[in-house]
Amino acid sequence: MENLIALLVAAPLLGAAVLLCGGRRLDAVGHWIGTALAAVSFVLGVVLFADMLGKSPENRTLMQHLFSWIPVEGFQANVGFQLDQLSMTFVLLITGVGSLIHLYSIGYMEHDERRRRFFGYLNLFLAAMLLLVVADNYLLLYVGWEGVGLASYLLIGFWQHKPSAATAAKKAFLVNRVGDMGLSIAIMLMFTTFGTFAFGPVFQATGALTSGADAPGSEGKLTAIGLMLLLAACGKSAQVPLQSWLGDAMEGPTPVSALIHAATMVTAGVYLIVRSGDIFNAAPDAQLAVTVVGAVTLLFGAIVGCAKDDIKKALAGSTMSQIGYMVLAAGLGPIGYAFAIMHLVTHGFFKAGLFLGAGSVMHGMNDEVDMRKYGGLRKYMPITFVTFGLGYLAIIGFPGLSGFFSKDKIIEAAFAKGGAEGWILGGAALLGAAITAFYMTRVMLMTFFGEERWRHAPTPSPAEPSVEPAAETRGAHAEPHPHESPKVMTIPMIVLAVGSVFAGAFFGIGERFVKWLEPVTGFEHGHPPVSALTVTLSTVAVMVVGVGFAYAQYGRRPVPVVAPRGSLLTRAARRDLLQDDFNHVVLVRGGEHLTRSLVYVDHTLVDGVVNGTAATMGGLSGRLRRLQNGFARSYAVSMFGGAAVLIAATLLMRAV
Amino acid sequence: MSASAVHSLWTMAADPIEKIQAPKIEYGQLSPTLIVIGAAILGVLIEAFVPRRSRYYAQVFVAIVALAASFAAVVGLAAGGYATTKAGIAAMGAIAVDGPALFLQGTILLAGLLGVFTFAERRLDPAAHGKRVDSFAAQAASVPGSDSEKAAVKAGFATTEVFPLLLFAIGGMLIFPAANDLLTLFIALEVFSLPLYLLCAVARRKRLMSQEAAVKYFLLGAFASAFTLFGIALLYGYAGSVSYATIAQVVDGTVQNVSPALAATMGNDALLLVGGAMLVMGLLFKVGAVPFHMWTPDVYQGAPTPVTGFMAAATKVAAFGALLRLLYVVLPGLRWDWRPVMWAVAIVTMLGGAIVAITQTDIKRLLAYSSIAHAGFILAGVIATSPDGVSSVLFYLGAYSFVTIGAFAVVTLVRDAGGEATHLSKWAGLGRRSPLVAAVFAVFLLAFAGIPLTSGFAGKFAVFKAAAESGAGAIVVIGVISSAIAAFFYIRVIVLMFFSQPRPEGPTVAVPSPLTMTAIGVGVAVTLVLGVAPQYFLDLAGQAGVFVR
Repeated sequence: MENLIALLVAAPLLGAAVLLCGGRRLDAVGHWIGTALAAVSFVLGVVLFADMLGKSPENRTLMQHLFSWIPVEGFQANVGFQLDQLSMTFVLLITGVGSLIHLYSIGYMEHDERRRRFFGYLNLFLAAMLLLVVADNYLLLYVGWEGVGLASYLLIGFWQHKPSAATAAKKAFLVNRVGDMGLSIAIMLMFTTFGTFAFGPVFQATGALTSGADAPGSEGKLTAIGLMLLLAACGKSAQVPLQSWLGDAMEGPTPVSALIHAATMVTAGVYLIVRSGDIFNAAPDAQLAVTVVGAVTLLFGAIVGCAKDDIKKALAGSTMSQIGYMVLAAGLGPIGYAFAIMHLVTHGFFKAGLFLGAGSVMHGMNDEVDMRKYGGLRKYMPITFVTFGLGYLAIIGFPGLSGFFSKDKIIEAAFAKGGAEGWILGGAALLGAAITAFYMTRVMLMTFFGEERWRHAPTPSPAEPSVEPAAETRGAHAEPHPHESPKVMTIPMIVLAVGSVFAGAFFGIGERFVKWLEPVTGFEHGHPPVSALTVTLSTVAVMVVGVGFAYAQYGRRPVPVVAPRGSLLTRAARRDLLQDDFNHVVLVRGGEHLTRSLVYVDHTLVDGVVNGTAATMGGLSGRLRRLQNGFARSYAVSMFGGAAVLIAATLLMRAV
Repeated sequence: MSASAVHSLWTMAADPIEKIQAPKIEYGQLSPTLIVIGAAILGVLIEAFVPRRSRYYAQVFVAIVALAASFAAVVGLAAGGYATTKAGIAAMGAIAVDGPALFLQGTILLAGLLGVFTFAERRLDPAAHGKRVDSFAAQAASVPGSDSEKAAVKAGFATTEVFPLLLFAIGGMLIFPAANDLLTLFIALEVFSLPLYLLCAVARRKRLMSQEAAVKYFLLGAFASAFTLFGIALLYGYAGSVSYATIAQVVDGTVQNVSPALAATMGNDALLLVGGAMLVMGLLFKVGAVPFHMWTPDVYQGAPTPVTGFMAAATKVAAFGALLRLLYVVLPGLRWDWRPVMWAVAIVTMLGGAIVAITQTDIKRLLAYSSIAHAGFILAGVIATSPDGVSSVLFYLGAYSFVTIGAFAVVTLVRDAGGEATHLSKWAGLGRRSPLVAAVFAVFLLAFAGIPLTSGFAGKFAVFKAAAESGAGAIVVIGVISSAIAAFFYIRVIVLMFFSQPRPEGPTVAVPSPLTMTAIGVGVAVTLVLGVAPQYFLDLAGQAGVFVR
C-alpha cells in the first residue's frame, strides 16, 4: 500500500513532464493525458482511502521512506511520505476537485492554442500540492510549497500577453516569497532547536516540552517557530497582511482560480497550521496571533467582496474571508482544528463550484466579468443558475447545506474560546456571516436576476478598468448571446453542487468528520458561554438580515450599469481597502529609499575605497618604478643592501 | 697555523699513492647532461669546420636531436626508477639523480627544445639581401652602425654560435638543480650564466640596447656570483666540506670534526648563517627575487626576445631547483632561521613585482615584472618545507615555463618597421586585426593571472595550498592580494587588444614558420591541459618530490 503514495505524486508529475517536454505533437491529445493522469491520482487516492477505512483509527497512518535526500552527518534530509487522516482528506480533495477541474478545463480552454501547456502546468500543480500534503518532514513539504507557488505563478500569468496578467503573476510570486521566507526560517529554527525537521521527532520534542520533560527548546523558541509558520501561511493563504495578491490572481484562467485560488493551494496555509498543531498548542501567543489574523482577514475579505463588480474578484474576496474562518478555527487549538479542515473541504466544494459557475457565465458572455453588465441570466443558463445557486446557499450557511454545518461549528468554537477573546472572535465571525450573506446575495441577484443589462451595454467600465482586458483577448465587443456551457463543463459543476449540498450534513451529523480526524489533530469539546442552539439561531438570523439588506439594495431597485460613486467605505473597499496603496507607500517607497541609500553608500564608500586603493597602487607603482633608473651601479647597491639585510635578518633570527 | 698542523698536511698529502682511486662515473645516470654538453662541443666544431651556408641547418639539427635524446634519457631514467626507488648520488657525490632533479631536467629540456624552435625562426624579419635572417646579429663582434656591420649583413652572415651557446647553457642548467656539492653548484652556475650573458648581447635589432642589457647582466651576475662564492667559502669553513650531505650532518650535529685542519672555525654558527645567507642570495638573484631583481626588466627588454623567453623559463626552473635542494637538503636544520627571512623575501617579491608592473608600458618589461611576481609565488611554495611544497613548486615551474616561452614567442610576431613592436600602445586593437594571435596571447595572460582552466590557476592553487598547510596563512593572503593586483595589468592588456580601436599605423602580425607555431601551439596546449586536467601532472610532481640525501 505504501508504494501507492509515491505513485500518487508521480502520476501527475509524469503528466507534467510529458506535456511540457512533449512538444506540439501532443497538442491534440494533451488535455486528455493530463485529465487521465489526474483521474489516476484520484483513483489511487480512493484505493488508499478504502484501505485506510479498513484499519482501526489508531493504525491508519502509512509511512514510507523513499530515499535519503541529503545525507550529511547531523543533517539528515529524507524523501519520505506520511499518509494519515489529515493528508488523506487533502489527497481526496485535491485529486477529486482537481480531476473535475481538469475535465471542465477541456471545455473552457478549448479555443486556447496553448491548452497542452495549460494542462502541463495543472498537472505540475497537482504533483506539487500532493507532495506538500504527503511529505513526512518540513523540508520536503517546503519543496511542494515552492512547487505550488511556481505552478500558481505560471498559471496566473498563463495569458502572459496581457500585461495585467504578467504583473499579477509577478505580484503573487513576490508576496508569496515573503511567506516562503517565513517557512524557511521556521525550518531553520526547528533544525537549530531540535536538530531535525521531520514531523514525528519535532512533535515528539514539542510534546515533551509541554509535558515539562527535559527537552531542547523553550516556549519562546516555539512561539518564534509558530509565528514564522503563520507568516508562511499568510503568504500562501492570502491572509492579512500578505493578502494583496489574491485579487489580482483572478487574471488567470477561471479553472485556475477555482482549483488553486479557491479550493486547494490557498488552503495550504491552513494545512500547515493544523499539521503543526503540536507546536501551536505549546505556544499560546502564536496561537492567539493566528486567531487575530483569521478574524481580521475574514472581515477584510468580506468587506472587499461587497464592493467588487468583477464577479471573480468578488469571489476572491469571499475566498479570503472563508479562509479567514479556517485560520481562525485553526488558531483555536484542538477545539477548532477539525472544524477548520471540515470547512476547508466543504468550502472546496462550494467555492470551486461557484468559480466554475462564474467561468460558465463568462464563457457565455464573451468573457465579460463585470456583474453590472449581467442580469437575468437564469433563463439562458439554467444549469449554471441552479448549481451556482446551490453553491450560494451553501456558502451563506442556509440551514441543511454544507456551509451551515461547517461555519456554524467555527462560530461556536470561537465563542467557546472563552473570556473577552471569545466574545470578540465570536462576534467577528458572526458579523462575517452576515456580510457573507450580503455580498453573495448581491452576486446572485446581479448575475441571474433583474433586467438584462448586457443588452446594448456600453463597453467602457470606468470604475474598474483593470477587469476589462479579458474581453479584449477574445476580441468580442458585440452584444453577447448568453448560452449554456457544454456538458464537459456542466458535469463538474453538477458534481460539485451535489457536494455543496450534502457534504456538510454527511460530515457534521454525528461528528463523523471530527472522529475521523481526531487521531491526528486531537479534539476537545468547546463550551461556548451561551448554548449551541443560541449560536446557531443567531447565525441563521444574521444570515437572513444580510440577505434582506442585499435584496433591498439590489433586488428591489435596478442595478445601475455604471457603478455609482459610493460612500467612502465603498470606494476604499473597491480599492481592496487600500492594500496596494499601503504596500506602495510603506514597502515600495521604503524599499526605494533603502535602495537609493545603498546605491549612495556603494558609490561613495565602496567605490571610494576601491578606486582609492587602485589610485594608491598606481601611485606606489609610479614611485617604485623610479628606483629602476637604468644604472647598473644603483642596481648593485640595491643588491648589496639586500644582501646586508638578508644576512642581518638571518643572524637576528638566531639571536631572537 | 702551528708547525704540527703544517706537518700533518704534508704527511696527508704524501700518503701512499695507491689511496687515490680513479673516480667512478655513472655514465648512464649522467647521460642527459653528457649528451647536451657533447652536442654543444660538436656545435663548436661545426662552427669551425662546416661551410657557412650549411651551419644553420647542421646546428639546428644537432641541437634538436641532442635535446630530444637527452629528454629521452631523462624519461628513461625516470621510468627506470631513478626518480624514486633507485635515486642516488652519482659522480663521486657531485651530482644527485633523484625525482626533483629528473623532473626539473625534463622541464628544462622541453623549454630548451621550444627555445631552439624560436631561436631558429627565420621568417619574421624581412629578408636582408635575399637571405632569410633570424633574431640574431649578423656578426656580433661588429660595432653597431659601423661599416663592418653593414658588410656582414650584406654578406648574409648569421650568428649560428647561438645554438652551441644555448646548449652549453642548458648543460649548466641540467647540472644546477642536481648539484650535490657546493663546488659543482658554482661551476654549473657559471656554465649556464656565461652563455646567457653572451646570448643577451646578440640581438639583430636595437643592438645597443641588447649590448647594454648583456653588460648589466654580466656585471650584476658577476657581483652575485662573488657573493655565492664567498658564501661557499664560509660554509666550507663551517663544515669542513662542500658536500651537501656532510654539511647537513654537521648542521644536525651528527658528524663533527670532519677536517681536523679546520678545527678552529668548524661549528661556528656565524659562518653557517652568513655563508648560507650569501649563498641563498646568489640563487635569489638568479630567480629574480626582490631586492635582487633590478636586472630583470632591463635584461628581459634588451635581450633578443627568443633568448628572453628561454631565459625567463629555464633559468627560473634551474635556479629554483637549486634553491629547493639547498634549503631542503643542506639547510633543513636551519629551517627556523631562514624561514622568516624567506617569508619576507616572498612577500616583497610578490607585492613589488605586481605593483611596479602596473605602470609598465612595454610588453617585455611588463612580462619581466610579471616574472618577478611569479618568483614570489613560487617562493611561497618553497618555504612550505613540506613534500607538498616541493611538488607544488615543481608543478608550478613546469606550467610556468610553457606559458612564458609561448608568451614571448607571441611577442616576436607583432612587428612594425623597427622590428618587434613592444610598446603596449601599439597592441591596441590587435584582437580585431589578428583575432587568433590575440586570443592565444590572451590565454597566456589568463594563465599568468591564474584564472581557472589554465595551468596558472592549478599551479598557484597548489603552491598556496602547500603554503597554507604549512601555517603560512599570511603569505597566502598577501599572495592572493598580489594576484589581484597582477590580474589588473594582465586583463588591461586583454582589454587593450580586444576593446580598443586599432591604430592606423599599427603593427602587423608576421606569419611565422612551423617552428614558432609549434612553440606557441605546445605552449597553449600545455597551458590548457594542465589547467583542465592537472591531476596527472600533480601526481607526477608529487612522486618526484623527494630529494635524495
